[in-house]
Amino acid sequence: MPKTKDLPGGIIIDVGSTARNKTGSWRTFRPVVDLEKCTGCGICEKFCPEGCITIKKVKGYDKPKCTIDYDYCKGCLICMEECPFKAISSVVESK
Amino acid sequence: MAREVMEGSQAVARIVANCDVKVIAAYPITPQTHIVQELAKMHADGLIDCEFVNVEAEFSAISAILGATAAGARSFTATSSQGLALMHEVVFAAAGMRLPLVMVIANRALSAPINIWNDHQDSIAERDSGWIQIYCESVQEVVDSVVQAYKIAENKNVLLPVMVCMDGFYLTHVYEPVEIPPKSKVHKFLGKFNYPYKLDPKKPLTMGPLGFPADYARLRKQLAEAVWNSKKVIKEVHDIYAKQFGRVYGDGLLEVYGDGSIALVAMGSVCGTIKDMIDKDELKDVCLVRIRTFRPFPKDEIVEVLKDRDAVVVLDRNISLGNAGAVYLEVRDALYDEKDKPKVVDFVVGLGGVDVNKATLNYVVEKARTVKSGHVEIVDGSEVSSSY
Repeated sequence: MPKTKDLPGGIIIDVGSTARNKTGSWRTFRPVVDLEKCTGCGICEKFCPEGCITIKKVKGYDKPKCTIDYDYCKGCLICMEECPFKAISSVVESK
Repeated sequence: MAREVMEGSQAVARIVANCDVKVIAAYPITPQTHIVQELAKMHADGLIDCEFVNVEAEFSAISAILGATAAGARSFTATSSQGLALMHEVVFAAAGMRLPLVMVIANRALSAPINIWNDHQDSIAERDSGWIQIYCESVQEVVDSVVQAYKIAENKNVLLPVMVCMDGFYLTHVYEPVEIPPKSKVHKFLGKFNYPYKLDPKKPLTMGPLGFPADYARLRKQLAEAVWNSKKVIKEVHDIYAKQFGRVYGDGLLEVYGDGSIALVAMGSVCGTIKDMIDKDELKDVCLVRIRTFRPFPKDEIVEVLKDRDAVVVLDRNISLGNAGAVYLEVRDALYDEKDKPKVVDFVVGLGGVDVNKATLNYVVEKARTVKSGHVEIVDGSEVSSSY
């Protein structure tokens, strides 16, 4: 929360302040995309509950691919579960 | 202004209709039912211009008015007993979010055994929530307190929810001559509700965020200070109201009646009976100290009026099981630092609607003369002879 003077009840008028809280640090499993298998179909993007996946242009490929925002991905692995091409796998997060 | 004879619940509905309320959400429960019934009827007849939300339970009722208040609409709900217990979670949230809700409680016992009659257990169980609690002696006081409640709650230095507590049946179902202050005068007194941080798509904000330990503690401290500091505003609002509408309830927090050396400390409608007995000299050397606001607790004020008495006899219409009555515990605590503190005793009376009549009060005062300080007794009615 902002360190400025508290408003009654902790109301925050500083819009978008949640973005400062990088929730990716909560992750135990990291989803990893195999760009060779990914077709850019966008199913993972629709299922991601945190809005952390975008299908966009990736270096070295002509077609857009799955891109994960690791700043906020909490590692629920729903994307891995839903990917029809088994293009997403998981690794245990370590330092 | 003329007085009319009407039922307590009807009086509540009529004053709520005069407070420029925009949203009402409530679920009927005995003995609060007539309040909701009357408001629904007035709404159906086009006498109140507001949203009337028919909800499926009390949890939704208070959630709806919490949301409505957050959106900047003056709102109202009322409940009793189990209904208030069901609201419990949102009761705490409303205070923590500093939303100025106003709720009338028709005080009723809590289960089990199931019981529809009056005591203060339901609202006393919510005493730690951060709500201001006003306990009323008469229907007229309930009417006046509802108006004052909005004025207090919406004060920008307070921003706290207020419970106006009226004894179930004794006040909700009694017919009394009441003066309902007219709409124009009430509107002028209250002004427009202008919540400074209301929900508005044009000015987005976050309400009820997650509070990590340090944030939580800091905001709870802010809340605690707001409740303590509300005493000043409660007194001011009471005084301004008294000037404009002509009715006085002690200093707004506490009322002293009579000057005997034995102080009977009580809340609610039983105070009427006590005043009558004092007037008729039926209680020797007794005065009444009526607590009007249990929250915030008028600690300094109560010490001032009690410290020089010979004995303090607390009448509790509730009990904190495993210890004693809630009012007694706080009165006794308040007197701890006094040098020659009076004897303080507790009588838990009127649980689940047991009548607290003149015979009970006579029994309590006579017994109090003989027992030691610290005496706690639950009076279930069997002690009292009916041949008073």
